[in-house]
Order: sequence, then C-alpha cells, then structure tokens
Amino acid sequence: MAGLSYTSINQTRMATGEVYCQTLIELAKENPRIVALTADLGKSSKIGEFMKQFPERFYQFGIAEQNMMGAAAGMAKAGLIPFTSSFAIFTACRALDQVHTDICYQNVNVKMIASHAGTSFGQAGTTHHSTEDIAIMRSLANLTVIVPADGIETANAVEAAVEHEGPVYIRINRGYDQQVYETMDYGYEIGRAVTLHEGSDVTIIACGSAVFQALQAARELDAVYQIKARVLDMHTIKPLDKAAVLKAVKDTRRIITAEDHTVIGGLGGAVAEVIAESGMATAFRRLGLQDKFSPIGLHEDLMAHHGIDTNGIVNSVRELMQLDFEEDLDWEDEV
Amino acid sequence: MDRKRELELQEFAATIRAETVKEVADLGFGHIGGSLSVVEALAVLYGEVMKIDPKNPDWDERDIMVMSKGHAGPAVYATLALKGYFPMDWLKTLNKPGTNLPSHTDRLKTPGVDMTTGSLGQGSSTATGMALGRKLAGSDSRVFLFIGDGESNEGQVWEAAMFCSHYKLDNIVWFVDYNKKQLDGFVEDVMDMGDFQEKFEAFGFHTQTVDGTSVREIYDAIEAARQAKGKPSCIILDTVKGEGVSDLIEIELNHHVQFPEEMANRALEQVTAALERVRKELANV
Ligand SMILES: Cc1ncc(C[n+]2csc(CCOP(=O)(O)OP(=O)(O)O)c2C)c(N)n1
Repeated sequence: MAGLSYTSINQTRMATGEVYCQTLIELAKENPRIVALTADLGKSSKIGEFMKQFPERFYQFGIAEQNMMGAAAGMAKAGLIPFTSSFAIFTACRALDQVHTDICYQNVNVKMIASHAGTSFGQAGTTHHSTEDIAIMRSLANLTVIVPADGIETANAVEAAVEHEGPVYIRINRGYDQQVYETMDYGYEIGRAVTLHEGSDVTIIACGSAVFQALQAARELDAVYQIKARVLDMHTIKPLDKAAVLKAVKDTRRIITAEDHTVIGGLGGAVAEVIAESGMATAFRRLGLQDKFSPIGLHEDLMAHHGIDTNGIVNSVRELMQLDFEEDLDWEDEV
Repeated sequence: MDRKRELELQEFAATIRAETVKEVADLGFGHIGGSLSVVEALAVLYGEVMKIDPKNPDWDERDIMVMSKGHAGPAVYATLALKGYFPMDWLKTLNKPGTNLPSHTDRLKTPGVDMTTGSLGQGSSTATGMALGRKLAGSDSRVFLFIGDGESNEGQVWEAAMFCSHYKLDNIVWFVDYNKKQLDGFVEDVMDMGDFQEKFEAFGFHTQTVDGTSVREIYDAIEAARQAKGKPSCIILDTVKGEGVSDLIEIELNHHVQFPEEMANRALEQVTAALERVRKELANV
C-alpha cells in the first residue's frame, strides 16, 4: 500500500490528528474494508473529514465508547478494518473490558487511534489526561502498541497498521507535534527502533512527544558538555525492539527512557524488563510521571514539570553520567 | 413562590450567566454553550433549594450537587463564587496553569465541588452512591445530579438509573440538560435519544419536563419531586445550548468555542442588559 508521501511541509500545516485522518482517507481509497468509527469525537479527533469523503463508511456511536469497541470487534469479524477514534483515556480505560475480551483476546483486526494522549490535553484536567494507557495496553496479549513521535510517523504507523493483521493501538497527541521527521521515507517498520542520533556515552530511549525533546537534548549534550548521546525513537512499545535496547546497553552502558506517561509499566518499564533479564549491569533511569497524577497546565509546561523536556533530559543525563557501574565486567560471559 | 422571590432568583441566574461569560471571555475559549444552559437550574438550587453552608463546604448535613457533565464547570464556579465558597477573583483563573478551577469540575481542587467529573456518565453513578449513602445514614439531605442529553448516550447513565429506581432512592433528583446538542452536532443526528420523558418514566422515575429557563417551573418541579416518595425523580430541563448569548446560539457546533474579544464584548453587553432588566423589575415590586 505504498504511495503515501507526507513531508515536513504537510505536517507543519496539519495537527497530528489531521495527518491521521488524511492518511486514512488515502488508504481507504484503495482499501474498501477500511471504516471509521467515533464516539462523539469526530470533531476533536479530526476524523470528521473522513465522514465527508466516505459518509457510508463512517459510523457515529455517540458518547458510548464501550459499545463502539465491542461493535468494532464485531465489524472486524465481518471482514472490515475498523479504525476507532476517541481520546486515549476513554479508549484504554472506559472501554478496557471490551478492548480486552472482544478485541485483544479474540485477536481481531481493530485499529484504535487514541488521541489527546499523555498530558497533551493538559488544560482539560485529570479526567482527560492519559498517563497510564501505555502500561495498560502493553499488558494485553496480541496487541501491537505504537506511540509515534510526530505527524509523519503517525502517517507511517497508520499505513503499517492497515498492513498488519491484528489489533493495533496508536497513541497520538492533541494538536500539533514538534517535528522529528522530514519525510516518510526512513524505513519505518513496526517493532524496529529508529536511531536518530549516534552516541557512545549514553542512550536516550524515547517515544511520542519525548522523542523531539530527546533529540534536542542529545544535540545540547554534545555541543555544551561533550557527552555523546544515542537517541532511539522507540515508536513501537510492543513488540519492543529488544535488540536495539541490548545493543544500547552494550555500547553505552547508560540508559535513560523518556515518555509522556507514568514511569510504571510504560516504555520505561518495558526497557527495564529487557535490561534486568539481560543480566548486564547498567546505569538506568526512567523519566516520566513519577507515580503521580499530573497537575493541570499547557502541554509544554507539563513536559517541563515532569522533567521530559529538553532541559529535564539534559539534567538527568548529566546526573546519570556521574553514576558508577561495574566498569570491568565481562559482559560477553554474562549474557 | 412569590413574584419578588422569583425575580430575585432570576437576578441570581442573570448574575451567574454574566460571571460565566466573563470567565470564558478572560480565557478566550471554552465550554460555554453547555455552561449557559444550566444556569437557571443552578440558581434555583443554590439560591433557594439546597441546604448548604458555603463557609463549611463539608458540612455533614448539606445537600449535594454533582455536575456529571463536568465541562459545565464555568457555570458551577460562578455559582459557588457568588455564594461565597471562594473569592470572586478566582474566576479569572479558569483553566489556567495552577488554577483551582479546572476545565472540568474536580472535588480535590474546588471548595463546594463534591465529586470529580469530566469522564461523561460517571457522575450518575457517584451521585447515586452518595444518595444511597445518605439514605443509609438516616440523613434527610438530598442529592441533585446534572447529566447532559449527549452524555445520556453512555450506558452507565442507564445503569445508574436502574439502580436508583430499584433501591427507591427518593432523595435524588436527576436533571437532564435537554439542550439538544452534543459535541459533534445535534443529539438527534449524532445518537438519537428519543423521548427522555418516556425513557425515564420507563425506568421508574417520577419524571417532569419543564422550561429550563423558568426559575419558577424549575422550583415547582423540585418541590413536586420532594413529594414523590418511593422513587427517584427526573426533571428534564428544556434548554438551549448557549442560552442568553445570541452569537453562541447561532454557532452550530457551539460545544467548545473560541471566544474572541469582539464576540465576548457583545456577549457581555447582552447578558449585562438582561441583568439590568431583571434588576429594574425587581426594584418595582
Ligand atoms: C466518556 C467521555 N467521552 C467523551 C467525552 C468528550 N466530551 C466532552 S463533552 C462531550 C459532549 C457532551 O454533550 P452533552 O452531554 O449533551 O453536553 P452539553 O451539550 O449539555 O454541553 C463529549 C463527547 C467525555 N468527556 N467523556
């Protein structure tokens, strides 16, 4: 299903939700099985545009997320490829039972687009923050969990989700994302991390809105402190690119994860599991919400508050550089 | 209710409306449509009906209000500030970083707010639990719950309704803000809810439909609900999303709107004029 070509110019003009919708419209032209579902969030999630193009392939469920998820499972069993559009919190929390049993256990081909994720709808208050969804969704067998870094990666993820048979959760932000990618052609593949910056002192593993911040941090660390940081865009949380994590551990011995999410069970948790099971001693830190609900505020202010903005990441890397680890361990024997 | 009291409640409502408009005008955007449609009901509750002590918001014997359509926060905050729960100048902080008045009502942040809401449907269950709790405690305090007509798409709303009816919770009154709109458009087009009156009757509620802008009709309905023993009550408020501000009513998708200065000024003029009219009439009785 090639042929899509989003560039940075497109992205700067479009909110990430709009990129998702445009991508889906393009894909739907070629694939009649694609249908769009929403729960009174057609306007907010931007999928309303799809309705204008394909009114007969758009289903409005009203404010009834549980029914939407259950029905999506049924529609998928009937051969359709349903894309659900709701906020992340209502996808991962309100409708979780349906996601668990109807979609994941029965392993059906539903694609959940979860918008306004993390603290990107920061001003709306705690009922609209979604800072646990990666952990929840990652724990569900059969489910692929993707957290794109920006609009262009969202386009890639949506395209890949159509090609992938089985349930997929794609977590995107409200509004415009800071741009990480110039074009769609960088070899996006589900389950394969993208190395955005090379480095040998430390590796920053990030997802979603933290990726741009990590990249900025790496540039600053290099320019100001001569610290060489590798940056991995870990867009797929499940299946995790374990090889990339293990290589980072071997090459840099210091790992920091950064995510707009609680540090429990999300990207940080997933990376921690890989490191712990490897038996390799590593200086390690998880950045994100430290087992707290977020205060209310603008997304960028909240990123700073939780230490996942450029400054926060730079400071944490510098602290991590001071930590000891067993320098002369023969790791090859351990593994 | 005598004419004077009616006018006083109208004045209170007009003041809440004006303060609500100011809050959102200060911010420049917000959930103004669905805030303005519940103003008269809030005025009757807080101005006349509810047993409250603003200086002691946690008073055990108080009546409870749960705004399950939590995005009507701006109207709730205006009401609470005018009743003295917190200083009026908090209203300028609506939705801003560090505020005690977030976009959706939050029990942990605002004095006088009894339940955190914003995830639609949930307030119907938490209010139900509070009503049951008060009944079990032998308290005669009442619980007043607001839900949206769009919010009623949620199955949870009807699960709570079943429970209220099954346990004969006659100390709870549900208000349905029947303003005919939800986020993506008209309720009829998004998810047609049919006849609310019939639905709530079928669920075993003592059900009344009133003009949601008439403080007298709202008051009378609440009194009638008090007399209905052995079953929960529902009052359907026939309202308009954006009530009192012509510019807003004209916008089709007026759930969460940009409120630029020029429009805000016109809105302020309109609601202030309405307030002046009530005051004039009040001075003559
Ligand atoms: C569970 C849930 N789903 C979706 C939303 C997003 N949302 C907020 S308000 C709203 C529309 C509400 O319509 P209605 O209940 O009629 O409120 P009103 O028109 O009176 O403001 C939606 C879909 C939400 N807050 N909670």
